Amino acid sequence: MASAVSSLNKAGPRTHTTRATRDSDWVRWTLTGVALLFLAGFVLLPLGAVFAEALRKGWAVFFASFIDPDALAAIRLTLITTLVAVPANVVFGVAAAWCITKFSFRGKSVLITLIDLPFAVSPVIAGLIFVLVFGLQGWLGHYINAENPWFPWLQQWLVEKDFKIIFATPGIILATIFVTFPFVARELIPLMQAQGTDEEYAAVTLGAGGWQVFWRVTLPNIKWGLFYGIVLCNARAMGEFGAVSVVSGHIRGETNTMPLHVEILYNEYQFSAAFSVASLLALLAIVTLVLKSFIEWRHSRTHA
Amino acid sequence: MSTRTARTILPGFGLSLGFTVFYLSLIVLIPLSAAFIKTSAMSWSEFTDAVASPRVLASYRVSFGISFLAAAVNAFFGLIVAWVLVRYPFPGKRVVDALVDLPFALPTAVAGIALTAIYARNGWAGFLEPLWAGGVGRLEQWIPWGNWAEWLGLKIAFDRPGIFIALTFIGLPFVVRTLQPVLEEMEPELEEASATLGATRWQTIRRVILPELAPALITGFAMAFARALGEYGSVVFIAGNMPMHSEITPLLIITKLEQYDYQGATAIAVVMLIASFVLLLLINLLQKWSRRHHKI
Amino acid sequence: MSIIATNIKKTFGAYTALEGVSLNVPAGKLVALLGPSGSGKTTLLRIIAGLEFADEGSGRIEFHGEDVTETPAGKRGVGFVFQHYALFRHMTVAQNIAFGLTVRPRKERPPQKEIDARVQELLKLIQLEDLGNRFPTQLSGGQRQRVALARALAVQPKVLLLDEPFGALDARVRKDLRRWLRHFQREIGITTIFVTHDQEEALELADEVVVMNNAKIEQVGTPQEVYDRPSTPFVIEFLGNVNRFAALGHPLHGAGSDVLYVRPHDVDIQRDYHGEHGIRVRVQHVFSAGNYGRIALIRADNGETIDAELSRVRLAELSLQVGDEVWVVFRHIRLFPAGAFSERDVATDDAIPATLDAGRGI
Repeated sequence: MASAVSSLNKAGPRTHTTRATRDSDWVRWTLTGVALLFLAGFVLLPLGAVFAEALRKGWAVFFASFIDPDALAAIRLTLITTLVAVPANVVFGVAAAWCITKFSFRGKSVLITLIDLPFAVSPVIAGLIFVLVFGLQGWLGHYINAENPWFPWLQQWLVEKDFKIIFATPGIILATIFVTFPFVARELIPLMQAQGTDEEYAAVTLGAGGWQVFWRVTLPNIKWGLFYGIVLCNARAMGEFGAVSVVSGHIRGETNTMPLHVEILYNEYQFSAAFSVASLLALLAIVTLVLKSFIEWRHSRTHA
Repeated sequence: MSTRTARTILPGFGLSLGFTVFYLSLIVLIPLSAAFIKTSAMSWSEFTDAVASPRVLASYRVSFGISFLAAAVNAFFGLIVAWVLVRYPFPGKRVVDALVDLPFALPTAVAGIALTAIYARNGWAGFLEPLWAGGVGRLEQWIPWGNWAEWLGLKIAFDRPGIFIALTFIGLPFVVRTLQPVLEEMEPELEEASATLGATRWQTIRRVILPELAPALITGFAMAFARALGEYGSVVFIAGNMPMHSEITPLLIITKLEQYDYQGATAIAVVMLIASFVLLLLINLLQKWSRRHHKI
Repeated sequence: MSIIATNIKKTFGAYTALEGVSLNVPAGKLVALLGPSGSGKTTLLRIIAGLEFADEGSGRIEFHGEDVTETPAGKRGVGFVFQHYALFRHMTVAQNIAFGLTVRPRKERPPQKEIDARVQELLKLIQLEDLGNRFPTQLSGGQRQRVALARALAVQPKVLLLDEPFGALDARVRKDLRRWLRHFQREIGITTIFVTHDQEEALELADEVVVMNNAKIEQVGTPQEVYDRPSTPFVIEFLGNVNRFAALGHPLHGAGSDVLYVRPHDVDIQRDYHGEHGIRVRVQHVFSAGNYGRIALIRADNGETIDAELSRVRLAELSLQVGDEVWVVFRHIRLFPAGAFSERDVATDDAIPATLDAGRGI
């Protein structure tokens, strides 16, 4: 479903100037008006509301919201999560795109569908399945409490270290990786499919080794698509709420990410603080959109 | 695109495929299978009790019904937005085009509190509520046998209309972004052919353009619907979350989890997963079909 | 139904597509608009169809004496066939053909039975009787083109306009369809204009060829006229291979910067020549595979290349070898004075003393 936001692969805009098929002026103005009003009401208004509410009590309160130790902890956790989840999915995305686009093998279309799967899964369910695997009531919990486990040394180590995934940072990272799983792969696969294998083939005949082919031929060709995937992946990783909410346990200062921190502040009626932190996330969204537009603009210019 | 020769010449097939399958299994397949395994341990009656209790059924009605409505509204307005963005030049088009993706880029929790701030009774658009209630009152006057006030709710925020607004917001990019490339690639000759054959502009739209766009429109609708079904973050703040009335299914899953009813939560999750997979399958089939059908 | 276009100007921004073009197509004729891409031929066709409109204040289109300049495309009674067919993918072949009839206002719309009968008739005409229920994607390129034609004809247009009708087809199908179209046009006698960049197609098919270049019409005439008596250097260069020389230095052969053209088949090669118009050349290459032999020759005096075409019988007689020194004689030369290139205003046949009849040798 990321195709909904992926537009690097679409054709450049075409201008329709034929008079025979042009709509009359009043149709144009009416439709343009309806479209702009709809977008203003549903998109621009909420965005404006975030910043207006954040600054309602002035700049002092706005900035104070970030100095709060819990807020700082939330920002730190969000950054850590993103710094692990995004590179993990970049490595996966490149590997998946490489084997899918450069080779032919049976079951390829199944593999592509499976990569898309996380988009179809509700974030809440994404959190839930990790609780089922790693939670105290789940598979990991069963193993830790088992009477006669396989690998007793492992059980002992887990108990000694009080090893936790759920309600701890690893669970948050896992859930984030799940919900951002397809982004990079989805962006790279169509791009690399369109580019084919000719250039890599040429590089190999000229004596380049595998990594040389990748670094010097493939990567330069896909760098913008890759960057695009990273931007989208990053935005979702920082903003994920539902999945993280299920696995985090909401321990203030420890397992709260920024979106969860916003929720807590909001539920405690600290509206200004909630919207201040939210405005930081909204700013991130705006930066994402600007980067996205920039990449598309570059793309359309080089591929015109 | 790859060829047999490429397979033997290019390196890294084993490594990349092996890593892909390993990582996919670890992150996606094994955890997802946990939900099905957990459910398979339940007896049939336990399962039906869990997934078909009145409160759960009510949550399906809310989730599926309002998601459908929101996706339909998005299909209608998304078509107009995509049409305007592709066909009509106007100043600031680039910015407007970028804004379409905002619901996708904006964290859902932020969207949730922002929408609540707008539509709550003392919020920015609080003035809309009397209008809305008045509209409902009118409906009851004109079509008296509908239990309108109960069905539609009287408030916007903290009630069903709030859910509708949140789900419309998050589904907005899907229809626009699936239609845009199709509209851009549509040959102007089709419309010209229709015009030279004597069709009016309206006939051309109805009989040539809309059928041409239909697969993409349905795909976009299905995507928006699927996204809305699973949405949680933006809805919880604005929904009011009243059991049997404005409680969406994902929220119910969380509620069950918080009550340590893992089995019940998982059973409902499995129902939702199956619904999503069916939708995903439908979307894939549609895209495959339209790709085949539209290649001339 | 005759078509008269008068003083058509069309600009797209800074680009001029048509520079005041006038054209007169007599009723029942099959006319080719021939020219390279960017010459304005498609724009002219689209303006005649009403898909494009000439610049404000310029131009006038008349069908059979009736002014249709401001008439929208759907009301002009034109059948337009697009280069890439533009068939409606979600409709069957039969529905495509019937489209023009079914969109008529209820009062003017023929009853369904009549529409079905008309569709059947057209399917028969295009020899696709059994394929009415197929979708366009299930047809070959040539079949699609015929369906597009049938769709255009279903509304009984007064004129038929085809934009590069064979451009997207492979060579064999193109030849067949070309023959079929000519036969068919003669039979129903509909005034037809088609656009092409293929000179062979234009010469073979059309009653009259309109050669266009750089937003202007260079020459109008029968295929024979434009080929044998090209009125501008562009026309002679565009219609088939030609040797181009600077003036040959003989008083009769022009002077200064005049330019001479000789078609390869007007070049005769002789082993021994004793007249005064022969040119000494050396054989560089002999291509003998094909319907005729093609020989590349190098002039002994200035190293210019001359292409010649000989019948295979003549080629065998001469038994040319690479490196042989022989004579060439031109049977027919066209001379354009220097001004012809810059001013476009060109010499007529009579004004060119050097245009000599075949066989006279120079």
